[in-house]
Amino acid sequence: MDIIITGLLLGGTYALIAFGLNLQYGVARIMNLANGEMIVLGALAAFWIFVADAISPILTMLIVAPLSFFGNWLIYRFLLRPLVRRAKNQGQLEVDSILATFGMAFALVGIMVSIHGEYYTYSYLAEPFEILGETFALNRIVAFCFAVLIGAALWLWLYFTRTGMAVRAVSVSTEASGLVGINVPQLSAIAFALGGAVTTMGGTLISTFITLDASVGVVFTMKALIIIIMGGVGDIRGAIVAALILGLVETAVARLIDPGLTLAAAYAIFVLILLFRPQGLFGRKPS
Amino acid sequence: MKLTKLFKSAAIGLSASMLAVSVQAADVIKIGAVAPKTGALGGGAVVTQWPNVELWSKQVNAAGGLDVGGKKMMVEIIEYDDKTNPGEHIKAAQRLAEVDKVDFIVAPYGTGFNLAAAPIYAKYNYPHIAVSAISDKMPELTARYSNLFFTLGNTTSFSESVVDILKDMRAAGTIGNRVAMVNVADAFGIELAEAARPRLKEAGFDIVYDKSYPLGTPDLSPIIKGAKESNPDAFVAWSYPPDTFALTEQAIIQDLDVKMYYTAVATCFPAFVGKFGSKINGVFGAGGVNQDSPDIQAYFKAHKDITGKDADGWASANTYVSLQILGQAIEGAGTLDRQAVIDYIKASSFDTIMGPISFEDQISNRFWTVGQWQDGKFRGVKSSQMAGAAPIVAKDGWN
Repeated sequence: MDIIITGLLLGGTYALIAFGLNLQYGVARIMNLANGEMIVLGALAAFWIFVADAISPILTMLIVAPLSFFGNWLIYRFLLRPLVRRAKNQGQLEVDSILATFGMAFALVGIMVSIHGEYYTYSYLAEPFEILGETFALNRIVAFCFAVLIGAALWLWLYFTRTGMAVRAVSVSTEASGLVGINVPQLSAIAFALGGAVTTMGGTLISTFITLDASVGVVFTMKALIIIIMGGVGDIRGAIVAALILGLVETAVARLIDPGLTLAAAYAIFVLILLFRPQGLFGRKPS
Repeated sequence: MKLTKLFKSAAIGLSASMLAVSVQAADVIKIGAVAPKTGALGGGAVVTQWPNVELWSKQVNAAGGLDVGGKKMMVEIIEYDDKTNPGEHIKAAQRLAEVDKVDFIVAPYGTGFNLAAAPIYAKYNYPHIAVSAISDKMPELTARYSNLFFTLGNTTSFSESVVDILKDMRAAGTIGNRVAMVNVADAFGIELAEAARPRLKEAGFDIVYDKSYPLGTPDLSPIIKGAKESNPDAFVAWSYPPDTFALTEQAIIQDLDVKMYYTAVATCFPAFVGKFGSKINGVFGAGGVNQDSPDIQAYFKAHKDITGKDADGWASANTYVSLQILGQAIEGAGTLDRQAVIDYIKASSFDTIMGPISFEDQISNRFWTVGQWQDGKFRGVKSSQMAGAAPIVAKDGWN
């Protein structure tokens, strides 16, 4: 039971890392390698505001989300839109966006180092919380609850609203959805900006229990990539399931076998899924 | 087109300013510093390494510079970020020697970097006074590189001191024989765990939990839960900064009730007490400093006043000492000739904020190995030949 709950909590963390990239890659077709830096940026905001004014990271998250939405919208509009426009096909856009966002990642690291080069570490809700007689960290539980909320909100939006349907249509085919009158550039910008906002929110939540520093972003980008590829690109349900599987497996391995094997186990699952279901758990087979 | 013009004018501006520098260069001692500002070790280097370079150079220049054979010379620091990448470090070191033509260098940050860069600094015969480098290979290395000096101690002494503390506490009846030990699966963690394991067994301790975890593990609660289930009297973690924080947070949450709790690197950081406050009273960590020494107190104050940051409770002081040694050796040798400075370092004793330091086969044997948080201060409790060790206290819960 303890393993299941700890695993679910870790899975929630992973979901927070992967939601945003899933939207950005699945819908806006931007393989955003600066995803991890967006997480760290959210963490930096939380740390900074907490240390200066003792303002709760939860509140920071609510302030940061619209800022990040706007910032990411600007990034898409002025940095990435030209790439989308000149790309002749999906492959070229992928290469271009990888290069552009890779560069952006470096710029963001530089900016964050100049703001605060040390570890972003503070204590928020680092208290024991008992579930069924086992002790868990309250900050992880809070983050998990927000992960559930964010995931549910995204799911409701994608599957039960008109805009959501249009977004899903774009993720299936940009050309076809353009033909049926969907404003693809606008929706892509919204998806990218929303993805960025969700990622930053994840960063503020994660910073309550993981010690980050300006350069650690790439680790999160890697995890996020694994999760969305496992789950199926562009499918929010896939990201959730993949994140939970990863969390459960890593925790089970750490507790039952050896903590040294968690990474190996995570990659083993990744390889197995790629071998037997290359399109990901919820991905569509390319026709 | 516009861009090309911009580049051209920028290039002209740049070379003009470089010209201006080289005109004055005669009265300036150029000192190159390559260390991480970004990458895995960036968060540590900006606490321990960079502020001391800034502090020392500003203090030297405020005092009118170094006295080189009767002539006062200012120091100028040339900094490069090695991005915690050995390849970048080597490139930057080469650039310092060939392009910037620096007179001296500040040693790199991190054991791996000091070892990886030793050949290149040896090639140019820069006095290389390594600080943040802990290894049992020091005698071999100093035999090979006559310009290389070590100041922070070796793996054996760090693990031995921890075992000594366990023995002391067992003799006092505070703890029994049950020790839980974990380590980060990285050269540093593995080497220290391997050094500690036979010593613990030899001293009659039971290692009831012995696991490693990969660097960057996002959730260390399974480790603390596993350790807690093994019902230990003492907990020892050969850990790196992010996991030092994460393990301690989980230990507090899970109420890992041990009388002896040790985490390695970054336990001495100001951010550690900033995060946990009084809860970490009694926590042991790698390093230490004599908090009662007036020299150290003056150093801490200057560090805060000049860099705006607090020094850590360990290698900050050692880093500053290495620069004091370099400065005193330049003044003592009375020349910028590197071989003369190296010879001077080998032959002399230096008056530093950590007391007199001298080298035996290019290795200084005066350093702290274990410190403990006692009422908001990280005090040295075990050392090699250092005075002023504080008495050990038992950990009494996480309040």
